[in-house]
Amino acid sequence: MKKTRRSFLQLAGGMCAIVALGAAGLLRTAAARAATWNKAGFDAKAFADAMKSIGAAGATESKDIVITAPDIAENGAVVPVEVTSRIPGTESISIVAEKNPFPLVATVDLANGSEPYTYVRIKMGQTSDVYAVVKAGGKVFTAKKEIKITVGGCG
Amino acid sequence: MAEPMKIRAVLKGDVADIRVLIAHPMETGQRKDAKGEIVPLHFIQGITVALNGKTVYDGQWSQAVSRNPVFAVRVKGAKAGDKVSVTWVDNKGEKRTDEAAVAAAS
Repeated sequence: MKKTRRSFLQLAGGMCAIVALGAAGLLRTAAARAATWNKAGFDAKAFADAMKSIGAAGATESKDIVITAPDIAENGAVVPVEVTSRIPGTESISIVAEKNPFPLVATVDLANGSEPYTYVRIKMGQTSDVYAVVKAGGKVFTAKKEIKITVGGCG
Repeated sequence: MAEPMKIRAVLKGDVADIRVLIAHPMETGQRKDAKGEIVPLHFIQGITVALNGKTVYDGQWSQAVSRNPVFAVRVKGAKAGDKVSVTWVDNKGEKRTDEAAVAAAS
């Protein structure tokens, strides 16, 4: 496994970004990812703690993050949330539902040609602002959208 | 979870739009079963998508992702026939990998 990874990195040659990302461990397996799961962040019950855990405390609000989601979702168990970032160098997108019992819903690292885009169906316990947190070029940006829930979907 | 994931990867120009449906209960640990007992937490924590062996999506999920999750990723520079591989690992250590090929736009 090590030999293959080393040869791959050599092939990547002068593509510094990919080598850096590889060294940073973005080429890890899902198993390794589960092992480095942001437990403190996912266990946080307070919105501020969840945001802090992903480096979003003091993040800049950005109009270049577009959240596409229903204004009103009848079924809180399945709320489709799509995030598109127009910020250059987007490396990761997180979704945080402020009023959920555990606000941090997902953190997605993107690499190797992945567009600054993510879509996932989430559970929401009640009407809440849903935040998208984007990391790009060492900085953190956020946007939010309120989603009204008719029937909560956590329990 | 013995059910394979449904992976649809379609080219739009040179961007592969990859949409995945996974069979997984994604239990929040707050639901009660018919006997009134809490169903334990059981959810996907780590999820990766690779295109031709390179990781394009490296995700950490919580139990707030919906049951039988549906998610999507888009990758630029893809070609028809490129191999898509999706792997998840849950909090019980169970895991699954499924593959598909990128289809040309029809």
